[in-house]
Amino acid sequence: MKLHLRVWRQTSAEDRGRFEDYELDDVSPDSSFLEMLDLLNEQLLEQRKMPVAFDHDCREGICGMCGLMVDGMAHGPIPGHTVCQLHMRHFKDGDRIVIEPWRVAAFPVVQDLVVDRGSFDRILQHGGFISFATGTAPEANSILIPKDRADTAMDAATCIGCGACAAACPNGSATLFTAAKVGHLGHLPQGQPERYQRVVGMVDQMDAEGFGGCTNVGACTSVCPKEIGQDFISQMNRDYRRAMLGGAGD
Amino acid sequence: MWRSSIGKKIIMAGTGLIWIGYLLLHMYGNLKVFAGQEAFNHYAESLRTLGEPMVGHGHALLLARVVLTLTLVAHIWAAVALTRIAQQARPVGYAKFRPASGNYATVTMRWGGLALGLFILYHLAHLTWNVRVLTGAYEPGNTFDKLVVGFNNPVNVVLYLLALMAVGFHLWHGGASFFQTMGWRIAASRQWIRVLTGSLAVAIPVGFAVVPLAVAAGWVA
Repeated sequence: MKLHLRVWRQTSAEDRGRFEDYELDDVSPDSSFLEMLDLLNEQLLEQRKMPVAFDHDCREGICGMCGLMVDGMAHGPIPGHTVCQLHMRHFKDGDRIVIEPWRVAAFPVVQDLVVDRGSFDRILQHGGFISFATGTAPEANSILIPKDRADTAMDAATCIGCGACAAACPNGSATLFTAAKVGHLGHLPQGQPERYQRVVGMVDQMDAEGFGGCTNVGACTSVCPKEIGQDFISQMNRDYRRAMLGGAGD
Repeated sequence: MWRSSIGKKIIMAGTGLIWIGYLLLHMYGNLKVFAGQEAFNHYAESLRTLGEPMVGHGHALLLARVVLTLTLVAHIWAAVALTRIAQQARPVGYAKFRPASGNYATVTMRWGGLALGLFILYHLAHLTWNVRVLTGAYEPGNTFDKLVVGFNNPVNVVLYLLALMAVGFHLWHGGASFFQTMGWRIAASRQWIRVLTGSLAVAIPVGFAVVPLAVAAGWVA
């Protein structure tokens, strides 16, 4: 299939950046979106031009490295997929596709489609952990966790930190990411001792990084490749309220 | 607490809840118009004598006005602050953006809120400050007459009905957001929150709209 691509090009963080148009022929419908970009880069290299920089690693939808705004939608038009798992069979011959990096102040563009998601790491550094005397692995059944609790914690823990939530949010908010990380540990017994310090530390860091506030629109969940739900945001709000206004002692 | 984004949202939720309570009381009062001129005027006067003799004449009304003004200022302050944070969070927009979620209520929260703020000023100018252009010629001191004469002006009726539409949309998303912000919306409560806020978003505008419509239709005269 033949595609008309409009790709954001930016040589460095200081560069103002611009869109460039490319024509790409012989794209296999079975290739992934990133393989299509590989093909584009081979074509650019043959023309002695700079290839398009984009983040990727596992290409199996589990690492959280890739993430592009494909035609105005984070990770493209298929729900529950990272862009590496988006296949070209979902596009038609002759399609025009606009490809942009995440547009969030807290994710500055490094080059072309690569953004710096260090802000997510710093949110995690402010509470996304448990303090634990490390050593040999403890006996698995020494702390009993009800199945539904473990499942809920696992639902939150599926967050791969790709940043699509903030990218698709009309407010550029990282609330779903932070809520998933807060909820993942907050649902487990091991996470209880630091539960309320954690939520305050992570939410304050989220604000300090310059992310927007949540307006409960739900765009984040719609684009999340792991389909993490709005309930985690509600639960994070509840924990934050208890930490601030009392009720955190129970 | 007010410095954080969630703290500002809690302020919006709490002040919004006070205004929902006020709207319900206001709607109840308005519906007394169907009880006739005497009953309605008696009700209007009782707002000033409320709590007497323990509370001084007009003091309960003054307290209500102070609380409503302060909560509205806090609500608007938090909304403006959050809007500015959101704008700063995405200084460079997308060339192509397709909203992944949302409906008419979510996209009109900010502009609809601004429209409601302007309507409140107009509404006060009409019925509290008694601006002559808006009230028309009515018998002074007769609240029932002021209402009927006012709503015989189609401009007042149309603006009132448009504002009620904005109220409905604002309550639809704002009501559900209240529960989400307070942390009470989870899978188990999602359905009844939808029913409750949906009912409020319909019942409050309809409850208010029947009064000007009845006046315009000549049923209340």
